Amino acid sequence: MGTTGAQRLIKCLQDENVTTIYGYPGGAVLPIYDALLDSDIKHVLVRNEQAAVHMANGYARVTGNPGVCMATSGPGATNLVTGIATAYMDSVPVVIITGQVATSMVGTDAFQEVDITGITMPITKHNYLVKKADELPKVMKEAFHIARTGRPGPVLIDIPKDVAAALCSAKPLEQLDMRGYKPNYQGHPQQINRALALIKQAKRPVIYVGGGVINSGSTEELLELARRAHIPVTTTLMGLGSFPEDSELSLGMLGLHGTPVANYAVTEADLLIGLGVRFDDRVTSAVEKFAPKAKIIHLDIDPAEIGKNVSVDVPIVGDLRLVLTGMLEKLEEKKHPEWLERIKELRREHPLQYGNDSKLRPQYVMQKLGEITNNRAIVTTDVGQHQMWAAQFYRFARPRSFLTSGGLGTMGYGFPAAIGAQMADPDALVISVTGDGSFQMSMAELATAREQNLPIKVLLFNNSSLGLVRQLQHFYCDRRYTAVDFTGNPDFVNLARCYDAVGLKIETKDQVEPILTEAVNNGRLTIIEVIVDQRELVLPMVPNARGLDEMVQFPFGEEDDCE
Amino acid sequence: MKHTLAVLVENRPGVLTRIAGLFARRGYNIESLAVGHTEDPEISRITIVVDGDDRVIEQVTKQLHKLVEVIKLSDITQDQFVDRELVLVKVNADPNTRAEIMQIVDIFRARIVDIGRDSLIIEATGDSGKISAIETSLRPFGLREVVRTGKIAMVRGAKFKNGQG
Repeated sequence: MGTTGAQRLIKCLQDENVTTIYGYPGGAVLPIYDALLDSDIKHVLVRNEQAAVHMANGYARVTGNPGVCMATSGPGATNLVTGIATAYMDSVPVVIITGQVATSMVGTDAFQEVDITGITMPITKHNYLVKKADELPKVMKEAFHIARTGRPGPVLIDIPKDVAAALCSAKPLEQLDMRGYKPNYQGHPQQINRALALIKQAKRPVIYVGGGVINSGSTEELLELARRAHIPVTTTLMGLGSFPEDSELSLGMLGLHGTPVANYAVTEADLLIGLGVRFDDRVTSAVEKFAPKAKIIHLDIDPAEIGKNVSVDVPIVGDLRLVLTGMLEKLEEKKHPEWLERIKELRREHPLQYGNDSKLRPQYVMQKLGEITNNRAIVTTDVGQHQMWAAQFYRFARPRSFLTSGGLGTMGYGFPAAIGAQMADPDALVISVTGDGSFQMSMAELATAREQNLPIKVLLFNNSSLGLVRQLQHFYCDRRYTAVDFTGNPDFVNLARCYDAVGLKIETKDQVEPILTEAVNNGRLTIIEVIVDQRELVLPMVPNARGLDEMVQFPFGEEDDCE
Repeated sequence: MKHTLAVLVENRPGVLTRIAGLFARRGYNIESLAVGHTEDPEISRITIVVDGDDRVIEQVTKQLHKLVEVIKLSDITQDQFVDRELVLVKVNADPNTRAEIMQIVDIFRARIVDIGRDSLIIEATGDSGKISAIETSLRPFGLREVVRTGKIAMVRGAKFKNGQG
């Protein structure tokens, strides 16, 4: 008997060193699941397909290697869509395998048929509908290559049932030659020289770092650039962890909920060096008021990002690590004592602060968590106020340790991502910071985590509402709160027990330290519910259409809102 | 300003959808699009006319370049090129006007390709200006149907080496 398409597919996955697949079976992927049984690849059965992509995403972000997930045709495939878009927006390498109805049925609106390549065209880096089993070796090789090189991203492979069942006689592919896909890795030497000249002249330079630094593995080079040219560094949400926050050069995060010192520094800067960033609107706020005095150098592997949102003085397309290494060869030592003095003054005058009283504050909880874990846990988040508190108050010390849905803002991402992260790094302490709204979008995966014996900690800030939407209504809808209150929340401590996990609750400030310490040391799947006042705000906040220096800072609003 | 883009792509199903879809979702407007395979049957050439300022065109070209199936892309707007469109016009033509129409066809070096009881089908090729002129000249007789292809273009001389349509 020869090799079937499904068997060849599994072989290709093994050749790519895939050890784990997150997935959910169904009729159209039966041949692939059948072939999977004869391999040593571990399959993790999720509770909803969307979680499978998020897990693959978490796995990929921790390891840097593509995560793999699988689902059946039709509803299985469409349930993946949010996860695929999440990975696409954050440039995460994920390979997605979907089953499809038999080729003879394609286009007939057959049972569980959907045009998933059509649907995912705008949210994948590339996708394939495999028409013949013999195409599989080439498609698989290309898919992994595309997912992990250049600007990483998701690649989907749709495989009709009969293709998976058919015999495949094509030989494994040794060499790849894709004439339409050749990422540019080397930066242009002339542009690099221009960048060096600008760095030399600058009096108030700032480095602005995004996820690209983490993807390209250039945190060392970044550190050296900042140290040698004496330039303060601010990171985006995606860039957190790429620069040690205990450094005197660290400004923390910038943008809509960035630190005041970062936002003022960018506004006063005469040179902004963007590394692996995309000038997202949550960073720039009003573009015309963003870094108004600065010349801009922009380094990115994706040429389409350069000049997309802001015009750039020196564009450099290439792999950050190669480009930075090249720059460092010629970079002279420099000091900016006056500028650093000004930064210190800004930091003193506008510290990142919150209500420092006897009340239980989520910011305090995040800060304590940082102390207890030495800021070295892998933290995943969902989307909302908790996400911003985690970004602001956990002082990330290493790359690939903060996993959050930055681009799409996907609620329900954090917990499945934590599962992928914990499986990628079984010895790590993985903490999924979430809110009562977000967690209810993926808490069914508690069963998956329990099944896999993962000692993940879920730090759940419960304010019985959709806090960040409520905050937007506070500012923009004249405090007319609508559709943000949750009255039917479950008892999360008991919920944990239902899943044979540990349930803990923090209701007062003095409980924070002992309970967090207990949780991080118990070696078990644990939910820590923290009761939070609904009126708590994420501050600072840059209102719509304002410049970064026009942020609303602490204290604001809470007292007015107490009535 | 209108730009003419020459795009060489893999000749595979779905490629045109990727390109047209990219224009639609990024809010770029396609003025005209013509596609056909080249002397290399594995490669198709798409000629796209798109309207926009330099910034828009730069984004269009960069985004198109990101598509894995796009092999080469050139903005030939500033080059010396030959461009053609083909038009078929079905025009009202009773015995009284037929002679006059045939004269117009002659002037434009177009051709009559079908004769009906009270209509003619005229075929013309040329650049956009000529096609528009012939349309304008025939309009008074009553245009029943007009079908235009998109523009195809080729750079003069030997700018491209392989796979040019």
